[in-house]
Amino acid sequence: MTEAYLNSKFIGTVDDPNSFVAKVRDERRAGSIVSNLNIYHNKKSDEIFIETSKGRARRPLIVVKEGQPLLTEKHLKQLEKNEIVWSDLVKQGVIEYLDAAEEENTLVAFFEKDITPEHTHLEITPLGMFGLTTSLVPYGNFNQSTRVNAGSKNQKQALGLYASNYSVRMDMDVNLLHYPQAPIVNSIMHGISDYENHPAGQNIVVAVMSYKGYNMEDAIILNKASIERGFGRSTYYRPSISEELRYSGGLIDQVSVPDKDVKGYKSERDYRFLEQDGIIYPEAQVAEGDVVIGKTSPPRFLSSLEEYNLAAGTRRESSVAMKHGEKGVVDFVLLTENEEGNRLVQVRLRDERIPEIGDKFTSRHGQKGVVGLIVPESDMPFSVSGIVPDLIFSPHGIPSRMTISHLLEILGGKVGALSGRQVNGTTFDAEPEEKLREELKSAGFRENGVETFYNGITGEIMEAKIFVGSMYYLKLKHLVANKIHSRARGPIQLLTRQPTEGRAKEGGLRLGEMEKDTFVAHGASLLLKERFDSDKTIVPICENCGLIAIKDDYKNKSYCPVCGENVEINDVEISYAFKLILDEFKSLGIYQKLQLENKY
Amino acid sequence: MDKLIAEYADKLPKRILDDMKDYLAKKGGSINQAKLKKILDNTLEEYKNAKIQAGESVGVISAESIGEPGTQMTLNTFHFAGVAEMNVTLGLPRIIEVLDGRKGLQTPAMEIYLKTPYSKGKDIKEFALAIKETKLNHIALEFSISLIDSEIEVKLDKEKMKNLSLTNSNVASSITKQLKGFSVKDNKDSIILKSRSKEESLNDVYKAKEKIKDIHIKGIKEIHQVLPLKRNDEYLIMTAGSNLSEVLQLEGVDAHRTTTNNIFEIQEVLGIEAAREAIIKEVFKVIENQGFNVDIRHIMLVADTMCVSGSIKGITRYGVVSEKASALARASFETPIKHIINAALIGEVDQLNSVVENVMLNQAIPTGTGVPDLITKPKE
Repeated sequence: MTEAYLNSKFIGTVDDPNSFVAKVRDERRAGSIVSNLNIYHNKKSDEIFIETSKGRARRPLIVVKEGQPLLTEKHLKQLEKNEIVWSDLVKQGVIEYLDAAEEENTLVAFFEKDITPEHTHLEITPLGMFGLTTSLVPYGNFNQSTRVNAGSKNQKQALGLYASNYSVRMDMDVNLLHYPQAPIVNSIMHGISDYENHPAGQNIVVAVMSYKGYNMEDAIILNKASIERGFGRSTYYRPSISEELRYSGGLIDQVSVPDKDVKGYKSERDYRFLEQDGIIYPEAQVAEGDVVIGKTSPPRFLSSLEEYNLAAGTRRESSVAMKHGEKGVVDFVLLTENEEGNRLVQVRLRDERIPEIGDKFTSRHGQKGVVGLIVPESDMPFSVSGIVPDLIFSPHGIPSRMTISHLLEILGGKVGALSGRQVNGTTFDAEPEEKLREELKSAGFRENGVETFYNGITGEIMEAKIFVGSMYYLKLKHLVANKIHSRARGPIQLLTRQPTEGRAKEGGLRLGEMEKDTFVAHGASLLLKERFDSDKTIVPICENCGLIAIKDDYKNKSYCPVCGENVEINDVEISYAFKLILDEFKSLGIYQKLQLENKY
Repeated sequence: MDKLIAEYADKLPKRILDDMKDYLAKKGGSINQAKLKKILDNTLEEYKNAKIQAGESVGVISAESIGEPGTQMTLNTFHFAGVAEMNVTLGLPRIIEVLDGRKGLQTPAMEIYLKTPYSKGKDIKEFALAIKETKLNHIALEFSISLIDSEIEVKLDKEKMKNLSLTNSNVASSITKQLKGFSVKDNKDSIILKSRSKEESLNDVYKAKEKIKDIHIKGIKEIHQVLPLKRNDEYLIMTAGSNLSEVLQLEGVDAHRTTTNNIFEIQEVLGIEAAREAIIKEVFKVIENQGFNVDIRHIMLVADTMCVSGSIKGITRYGVVSEKASALARASFETPIKHIINAALIGEVDQLNSVVENVMLNQAIPTGTGVPDLITKPKE
């Protein structure tokens, strides 16, 4: 007697579990039971679990009966002629979806040739074990799994055509690659996902060699001429949004060119791009500080001010201006209303991003790197046949990471480029290396893909043969232009008088506790003091009571609030943070007496 | 020769001079005076060069030198060290354990060296087994309570007892010694305990049953496991669990070399200097084991700070940090409010003599270039 459960609820017992389970499966394949039912017989505990609930991950497999897959040549022909579709195969019981539990009762063959009488299912394609982006890694079966994962992760960050209606969209922080290309080395997944209609990279000539050490630590060298021909060019879009907010008392924000008497008026120059409606015009070239949307808000705390302040009617400036270090061209201006019925102004900025040192690029094999140097074409190494690489990739990236697929793609890309076709690099089902080598040989090249190269600066022949070929490269969304940051002087925090933190606030780079320790370890005492001078203050101290005294610059005299005027008061230099902790001590009722000593 | 060496007595440490004497004695004892002088002068020169400058931040450098490899250390707690299944905490957790001055170790262990003839392998198994602690639990098959008579019957494992050469009377006498209020009766295959007081409730009998499981029958307390092994032509015993003072008192144990990894036991039995040595050894062992190269002097400095007070203080807010002279320095390391309040209550004065306090005030710290001071003539 085997217990049977439907969706984890006990429904009865079965005398002959094997024939029962087989019968349910047959009925499901025949279509008399819903296809999303899965049945699992746990032989150890002798229980049957039937599941029809939602939320189970299921995957399709070809049914195998008596050592023969049910999917036949006939089906394939019908599929090709579009006489049947996928769902017909499911209806016919040729393909069925299994959940994780039912899979336990199956024996799945990877390839048709592996099928034995014991097998119950056949994998449609070994590629089925990967997700979409992972299937886009060519020659993935030659790699360590971590590298395939890294490759698929990188592709998600690549710039491309993110949406075909981008020109009417107001997306925050998006990039668009200018001349995307379909990859020479592709996989069947590229076809299935219609990749060639929204590609995310470009085919370029890659040479595996070093160049003056500028491609150390995963850096890459770019050919300046390639960039000028359009490699890696992209546009960065960022909208500025402003809303006419409503306040209590019928007051409302106003999008307009602010009047000069508005509180917080910037300068006439900053508003120069605004038209009469207070909004910038398209194609205006804006830079740091320029106002994009002019706006004024009603004064704050209106009710309390009205009675006492004569200048109560003064409105506040609340324009949207370009942030520190930003530049661009106004691309698109949109005027709408939001859900609350407030007038909404959106201005989209565009900025062309030409590859520069520090931009991140990657191949599809987890071989990401940052541009280390941009070399004029005249200084680039060149091959006997006159090929000048677009990109130089460091060979040190290969041995430890063992990304054989990276090398195979270079080879495959070379073959594809030479014979003017696309090369199939589908994982587990790619064109074999031998075939590529043969084709390369018949095209008149060395079969292993290496070529004789010349030094681009001296013209000397290089001793080593250089592995060179064509490969699909992606520009990743981490652009230096969005990250570069430095500061010598700048804004400070109100409370601590220490520099602000973060790029957005033009902040300083913190010299932290452990960095401090390195100064101490070096005995660089005075340098350390200087580094921490950012919040230094001069504080007058009463020598009598040791508390902070008052210095009245207006009357030009100092006095102690406790001891009065007839005491000695001396200026002491301390950090503002220490002044704060002294105040905190006072608030706790702790008398922190400073005893001054003559230092010299 | 000795005279010449004696001239350097106040210039070179005694240890170096003694080593030199020993070496010379081993080499035959005669050496040219001029040659010896040259050796001594060179040694003195080297010694001076090896000395550390005043104002060098040895503490920070030690901390960085130990801390940096610490970040790279594998965090796997357990490691099978030694020949057989002896489980010892190694790696970063062990270093933390030692430097924190923790009393309850994760894996206390001993290495017992033996005198001849045991070290040659004579009766090594018997010797080891005699050390191992045996509790009643280990030799009992079953503990049962008779509800009617409120008796506890302990069925004994005769096989095990034979191996341990124990008799029923041995066991019975151990129980009588350690359990009051019960009469013990030997019943051949078992031992029957009966409460002497008549009104013993069942609950108490039950409690007593649990209690007698831990009764110590044989061996040394706390030694849970023993493992005799051969290392460099010599037999020794490794143990899980540690009890230094009792092991050292055993006949046949080489007290000079026998050690434990419990630093507090070493301090108790052998004194603080031995404990310092043990800290250095334990920490250095782990660092070496992980394949890192840290100068032993860094660890020595840490061990010194832990032991200066005469007892072991861990590098924690309750240990060495609580001993700092400066209230501000103490407050800057964990639980600031506690230190500020206590300092305020007794009116502590901070002399600003150390590093952290001066960083807080944004003053030059008194190390390195901050050490030299201008000496002025006092006012007339």
